[in-house]
Amino acid sequence: MTAVADALEMERVESHLHPEGSFEVDDHAVPTGREEIWRFTPLKRLRGLHTDAVLDGSAVDAAYDAPEGVAIEQIDRGDLRLGSSGFVPTDRIAARVWHEAGRRFAVTIPADAELDRPVVVTLTGTELEPATATHAVITAGRHSRATVVLRFVGSATLADNVEMVVGDGAELTVVSIDDWADDAVHVGHRHAQVGRDAHFKHVDVTFGGTVVRHDTTAEYAGPGGEVEMLGLYFADAGQHIEHRLFVDHTAPQTKSHVTYKGALQGEGAHTVWIGNVLIRKVAEGIETYEENRNLVLTDGCQADSVPNLEIETGEIKGAGHASATGRFDDEQLFYLRSRGIAEDEARRLVVHGFFNDLIRRIDVPELEEQLAVTVEKELARNLLAEAAR
Amino acid sequence: MSTPSTDSGRRLEIQDLHVTVKTDHEDKEILKGVTLTINAGETHAIMGPNGSGKSTLAYSIAGHPKYTVTSGSVTLDGQDVLAMTVDQRARAGLFLAMQYPVEVPGVSVSNFLRTAKTALDGEAPKLRTWVKDVNTALEQLNLDPTFGTRSVNEGFSGGEKKRHEIAQLELLNPKFAVLDETDSGLDIDALKIVAEGVNRFRGQDGKGVLLITHYTRILRYIEPDFVHVFVAGRVAESGGSELAEELEAHGYDKYVKAASV
Repeated sequence: MTAVADALEMERVESHLHPEGSFEVDDHAVPTGREEIWRFTPLKRLRGLHTDAVLDGSAVDAAYDAPEGVAIEQIDRGDLRLGSSGFVPTDRIAARVWHEAGRRFAVTIPADAELDRPVVVTLTGTELEPATATHAVITAGRHSRATVVLRFVGSATLADNVEMVVGDGAELTVVSIDDWADDAVHVGHRHAQVGRDAHFKHVDVTFGGTVVRHDTTAEYAGPGGEVEMLGLYFADAGQHIEHRLFVDHTAPQTKSHVTYKGALQGEGAHTVWIGNVLIRKVAEGIETYEENRNLVLTDGCQADSVPNLEIETGEIKGAGHASATGRFDDEQLFYLRSRGIAEDEARRLVVHGFFNDLIRRIDVPELEEQLAVTVEKELARNLLAEAAR
Repeated sequence: MSTPSTDSGRRLEIQDLHVTVKTDHEDKEILKGVTLTINAGETHAIMGPNGSGKSTLAYSIAGHPKYTVTSGSVTLDGQDVLAMTVDQRARAGLFLAMQYPVEVPGVSVSNFLRTAKTALDGEAPKLRTWVKDVNTALEQLNLDPTFGTRSVNEGFSGGEKKRHEIAQLELLNPKFAVLDETDSGLDIDALKIVAEGVNRFRGQDGKGVLLITHYTRILRYIEPDFVHVFVAGRVAESGGSELAEELEAHGYDKYVKAASV
């Protein structure tokens, strides 16, 4: 027993990769763009989210659809569920949302509940200004099984925090879909605390918006927890899509598996993927793997991809990462075309193939077909026009 | 099988074909004037040592972008093949079984086959007969029925890749097939299975086969009407199947020496 107790005594070593958080806005200087965490982000296009833009907009409507038993409530600033995931803002925008969010809501799945369909929260932006801030807390009770879909559509300037608390033995899937109109700006912070033997899957699908930046972080409240983070993104001309991930292995025998795949097409399409994993001293026997793959479909795109692994104990099962950014493989296209398949169809097959295994791993049947259709729509926008030239 | 086709219009005709490949420094000429006519109903074997340009010939006929045709012509039933795109060539009736089939992750074999068949026919195949045809083709090549759900060539063994090429040959059923070292890397059992597939294909009326190989072994199972010795980018000698026997006994040395003089 004492050995377990010792192991659970978490030493909060400050990671070199990750700044210590604070709830105070003033503890976070206004970013200049030179900071490590901001160096890729086009600050000028954030419409002041990082400085002092008014955040009290109500231009984002929320619609909720949940199976019976799931509680969805508007909550006040003092509600104890806020911060219950261990979330502490690590940058100025997250801290501003903490204080200034105009809408706070909680989604609560009771212990032992097994949902037969997903909870769907649709946030629809109606105006770009003023900016809007929301803070959500999703709690999956002990041994519950649930899928929660957060869907973002329309036009808005949104900063949001989403906390996810996964109870012991629970299985929670949270799917975030940014299907914004072309002019939306979305800076999101998502933090999960994964309980003992719990399984947490986070799926981040990013198609729309002009600037989308998501910081997605996870920590463990006990041993045996598993985190799977899947990402699928498609950046078009002029679009900036940035994912910053941080898995903090704060408990032994935990697992994390991160796979993000993206396609880029059109002048100025820019994607950023930063995959940070910290294996703390206490986190013996853990396993982690992270990978990012980008498919560059046209000239004029840029994909930045940086995996970082920081290891404070050698007593682990495995740790690895991979990152690859490539163009269309001419040999693949030749092979398909040599069977009579026209070039545009061959390109379409290759891109679908690139995303297919990821879409299958999302494993939310209600979304699979829709995601395939969305990929198809993205392809039709540019890639096929490109092939026709 | 060895009776030449009476339909004189149906043939794959290669005339004085010169092909270069881009290297780091220069355009290197690989094919130096290949002339070859394959009439419908005929099987021609091309044999040659490594580096003689056999694969370049195969890829040039199929239209691989790495190779540039600098002069000469390739026609199929009188149509200019070199003016066609890669996929147009396939739709005109050409098929290339590749030496190193390419992996296409995430695209299932069944989706790939159906897409190819639809492209070739201009309409989707009738579902019920198509599924049956696919299953038959896979079974005849000793490929597991679950093969259709796997990604194209991904994780296939060397033998599976080659058998998959021949399953495609049978399902897509072109007019002329170019088989680029389909026999290499196969054990004898797999070689027999592959040869049976090729023989089923050419047992039909009016099918032409250009069989490229390094070894005579496969010619025991697929008997050619003509054998050509290919050295230094062109045909050095042509004959009947007795030429293969001579190569078996004496190797390529004689031809290589002659070409390097």
